[in-house]
Amino acid sequence: MTPDPSSRPHLAPGCRLGENQGHRVLMMPERALRLSGPSLEIVTRCDGKHTIAEIIADLQRLYSKAEPQKVEQDILGYLQLLHDQRALDFAS
Amino acid sequence: MTATPQDPLALIAEVTHRCPLHCVYCSNPQELTARSNELPTDTWSRVFHQAAELGVMQVDLTGGEPLARPDLPVLVGSARAAGLYVNLITSGLPLDEERLDELLAAGLDHFQLSFQGAREESANEICGAKAHAQKLRVLDWLKPRRVGVTLNFVLHRNNLDQLAEMLSLAEDSSASRVEFAHVQYYGWAFANRELLLPSRDQLMHSLDFFKSAEKRLRGRLRVEYVVPDYHAKFPKPCMGGWARKAILITPGGQALPCHAAAVIPGLRFENVTEKSLREIWESSDAFQKFRGEEWMQEPCRSCDRRAQDFGGCRCQAFLLAGDAAATDPVCSLAPLRSKVDAVLAGVSRIPIPTTAERSWLYRPNPA
Repeated sequence: MTPDPSSRPHLAPGCRLGENQGHRVLMMPERALRLSGPSLEIVTRCDGKHTIAEIIADLQRLYSKAEPQKVEQDILGYLQLLHDQRALDFAS
Repeated sequence: MTATPQDPLALIAEVTHRCPLHCVYCSNPQELTARSNELPTDTWSRVFHQAAELGVMQVDLTGGEPLARPDLPVLVGSARAAGLYVNLITSGLPLDEERLDELLAAGLDHFQLSFQGAREESANEICGAKAHAQKLRVLDWLKPRRVGVTLNFVLHRNNLDQLAEMLSLAEDSSASRVEFAHVQYYGWAFANRELLLPSRDQLMHSLDFFKSAEKRLRGRLRVEYVVPDYHAKFPKPCMGGWARKAILITPGGQALPCHAAAVIPGLRFENVTEKSLREIWESSDAFQKFRGEEWMQEPCRSCDRRAQDFGGCRCQAFLLAGDAAATDPVCSLAPLRSKVDAVLAGVSRIPIPTTAERSWLYRPNPA
């Protein structure tokens, strides 16, 4: 299942951005993900305002040396992963 | 001999041993802390800040029943202010909507509601209290509110026929996670072991159930489960390894590497009223005792799995082998595995459900 590019992902209840020893982390029940680089750029845009298409476009600009197709695939894969872990909801 | 510890990730704060429930498998020690010996609010607050400085990300506010403490919203607020992810592990008693809102306003991130089953009568029997109906009310209150929710079901031979009903409860709730945890045999559960241990058939059936539920609900509800280790081939990596990931603080301020560590004779536990959490984590005897691999005996010492399961559980080794440094007897490679097999053979003769002449040892309330 591929998420709809017009949907606006936001952090699920019980998940939030936090800080731990100077690193940004995505905190969720019983686990935390340390964020940096692209993962941080993606998660900070999961605010219910950005669409997936906008997140992809933003990151393709930020990482302009990378293959745009590859950036898109990586983002979709990452969002799906977070969704499966119930860290993200895709609201349209 | 001393291994350099990595940072702990979780603080388990047993803020009280008082509890309106009397669960027959309670993980609290047999020796409970009295109310008059509980740490005051400001000491807990200091501990939360020290924990965050030490690298801890999550605090589990647990007990006993944390709601028994009138200052719980203040504790939630101070843990959140320290930068921790705040998880409440609760029976849902005593609680009303106003108190729930207070906890959420204080910054509670996650609400873990424990269930003793899906059917009122058997659930109430297990906890020795009329608690089930209140838990259903709490589920309703949680629905419109924004907070992470996990439902936790503790499993044993007398409720393993309720798995589908338990899962339905979770699916109909606002939970994003459900935990199915087979009883672990320490503390009160050890005392009631013969009445709780499932049969191998029950266990295998439950594993199939969890796997199919996990697959069907992916993306909607996280299904997590804990396998009962008496039936396992290899031991569990208890607590992720002794003093590797978590610190438990008792209501009176003692720092332990796990819930059951007090059963091991000769361990001396430091108190947070006397030493900082960092000193305790890095150098207290009890935390150093089974850290790393130096303490291991054969077959653990030369086993390929020693960095995976850390020799299993030290408390279980003591309870079953009489030696806390022995290979966890649940391991199929352990010299004393036959002791576990003998227990399983014994319970396999007890009928399921176990109704006749049942006599539970209930966990009492401390003074």
